[in-house]
Amino acid sequence: MKEIDYLAPSSLGEAYAALQNGKTSAFLAGGTDIIVQLREGRKEVDQLIDVKHIPELVSYAWTDDGGLVIGASVPFAEIYEDDEIVRRLPCVIDCATLVGGIQIQSRACFGGNIGNSGPAADTVPALIALGATLTLGSADGARDLPLEDFFTGPGQNVLGPGELIITVNIPPQPANSGSFFHRFIPRNEMDIAVVNVGARIDLDAGGERIEGARISVGAVAPVPLFVAAAGDALVGETPTEDSFARAADIAAEAATPITDMRGSIAQRVHLTRVLTYRALDRALERAREA
Amino acid sequence: MPRRTHIQTTLNGEEIDFLCEPRQSLLEVLRDELGLTGTKEGCNNGNCGACSVLMDGRVVNSCCVLGVEAEGAEVVTIEGVADGDTLHPLQQCFLEEAALQCGVCTPGFIVAAKALLDSEPDADEGRVRHWLAGNLCRCTGYDKIVRAVLKASEMEEVSA
Repeated sequence: MKEIDYLAPSSLGEAYAALQNGKTSAFLAGGTDIIVQLREGRKEVDQLIDVKHIPELVSYAWTDDGGLVIGASVPFAEIYEDDEIVRRLPCVIDCATLVGGIQIQSRACFGGNIGNSGPAADTVPALIALGATLTLGSADGARDLPLEDFFTGPGQNVLGPGELIITVNIPPQPANSGSFFHRFIPRNEMDIAVVNVGARIDLDAGGERIEGARISVGAVAPVPLFVAAAGDALVGETPTEDSFARAADIAAEAATPITDMRGSIAQRVHLTRVLTYRALDRALERAREA
Repeated sequence: MPRRTHIQTTLNGEEIDFLCEPRQSLLEVLRDELGLTGTKEGCNNGNCGACSVLMDGRVVNSCCVLGVEAEGAEVVTIEGVADGDTLHPLQQCFLEEAALQCGVCTPGFIVAAKALLDSEPDADEGRVRHWLAGNLCRCTGYDKIVRAVLKASEMEEVSA
């Protein structure tokens, strides 16, 4: 790794100042992507800004209305060891427990997985299904945006040069709602998704009809996809094999994958259909338990 | 001469300080600056777990941690696992079960398994295999390693 400066600001203000000191910067949270990228010369910056000493980024809290605000650099292990999150937002746990092995989960975080902006990022389809937003901060103030609007290409996003991800915000979920995250890899652990899918189903009070649905698919396009049409097609329907299969077809049509060492175009389109169906089915189970 | 930073940390229960460059990983600092070569470099990119150490009680890949991040932390390496000349039950069981061949992955496996048994002394086989998924071994086929960890979990010193 080439020589680099290390800064550990203890407030957002200090971090914004560091971002404006004329040097090129990268953020250091869990380090599981950036340290490797710098070492292998895939990225070059003058300074690393360690964001783990900024209180807003290393804490998480429930909001009064039942949402969950997660600091960008809270490690996954801290999230999935919280019994209340396990109980209330199992879809968050689905993805947090799948990223890398234990060593990675001890350090890696939602902000890093999102900021790294890989098309196969495992937390992203789960969070998009849950309707998550990001709070981005800079010296000019903060702005919120839907997670699905953050990505612009592989490794690319809308983050401005003086900007950082402060929190990931999961809104309160509807009363009869359930969500599930599903990933296909060729082995049981420790691989990058061939396809991954997050799905949410909102049922009406009687549990008979679908009031809303959100479906997101990863690793099948340059950015994680929010397939609004697939969810919209379920609104007003009853949750049946037919309605789920139609939504899965729409998700598969939205997929524009490439063939690479992990899978072919045909396999990824097929997997998108299968995983979407299964994720909806499991989301439905959770909605009925809710 | 590149600028070096002064870092204070607790290493294997002892308060120490060292100098390192910001670009040096904790793995490089342990091996090259502090002479603790028990922690191994495997892939050096976060995939193999050979460089596993405990940092504030959590198992991490020391190749994916910077030395400067150890400021104020508590780090435990394979050198801190035995109690003087008395092997930790995991070390003893790895020997008895022949859970190693070339040995490069072994310190990482033992450190990672220690983190598991410290928090979940009753971990079953499925849990052990899941927990150790981030540690790769190209020799043993894993069965002997899993047996050694399960055997250690049944010993009084660990499950007490």
